[in-house]
Amino acid sequence: MNLRRDVFQAIADPTRRAILLLLASQSMTAGAIAASFDSARSTVSKHIHILAECDLLQHDQQGREIYYRLNPEKMKEVLDFVEPFRQMWEERFDKLESILKKRL
Amino acid sequence: MERKTQIHTEPDKQDLLITRDFDLPVELLFTAFVEPEIVAQWMGTKVLKLACQRHGAYLFETTGPDGSIHLFSGVIHEFVPNQKITRTFEMEHTPFPVQLEFLEFEKTGDHSSRLRMHIVYKSLEYKNQMLRLPFAQGLNLAHNRLQEIVQKRI
Repeated sequence: MNLRRDVFQAIADPTRRAILLLLASQSMTAGAIAASFDSARSTVSKHIHILAECDLLQHDQQGREIYYRLNPEKMKEVLDFVEPFRQMWEERFDKLESILKKRL
Repeated sequence: MERKTQIHTEPDKQDLLITRDFDLPVELLFTAFVEPEIVAQWMGTKVLKLACQRHGAYLFETTGPDGSIHLFSGVIHEFVPNQKITRTFEMEHTPFPVQLEFLEFEKTGDHSSRLRMHIVYKSLEYKNQMLRLPFAQGLNLAHNRLQEIVQKRI
C-alpha cells in the first residue's frame, strides 16, 4: 500500500482537514473532537482513525483519556507536497532560459 | 537561496499559480510559447500543431521511456503577443479532464521578465492528483531504473 497516497487522500476530505485545523492549537480527546462536529461520533472517530493511521496524528494516554495532537513532522511533509511539482516546473523553466540565452 | 519558480495554492482551492522570473527580455521569453522549434526543445516534445491566435490550437506528442506515445492538446482563447495567452490543456487518453491556463507575461526590466501561469482544475481532487503526478512519475522512473539495473545483473 502506498502510504504517501493515503496521506493525500486523508487531507482531501473536508472533515479530516477540519480535524487537523482543530488540533493545530491544542490536543483533544476523541469525544471533544466529535463534539465539534454535527456528524455522528462514530463517523468522526473513523476520520480520526484514518488520520492516525497516516501518522498525521499522535496520541498520549493521560489517565483514562487519550489525547490526540498533530504530528508536526508528518504535517510538514504534507505541506511540502507541492515541492515535486515545483521542481518539475523549475527544471523546465531552467531549460527554457538556457536555450533562449543562447539567442540573446 | 531565492527560489526562481514559486507555486502558490490553497489546500481547499482547485487552482494554483506558478510564478517564474527570467533573465530574458519579455519578447524573447514569449517566443518559448510561440515558436515550434523552441517549444519542442524546452518541453521535450514533438510539436504536431501550434496555431498561436484567437481560436487557434496546439497538439504535442511525447514518447515515454517505455516507447509509449502521449498526446497533449488544447485550444487558444486569447492571444496578445508579449502579454498573455489563455488556453486549455488536456492530456489525451487519460482520466484527467481538461484544465484552463492563464499565462501572463510581464516586462520587469530590459533584460528581465516574469511569467505567471494561473491553472484552474475541474476539482480540488484533480488538482491534488496533478500535484502528485511528478512524484508518481519519479517513482516510476526510479522503478524503471531499478529494473534496468536488475536485468543487467541477470
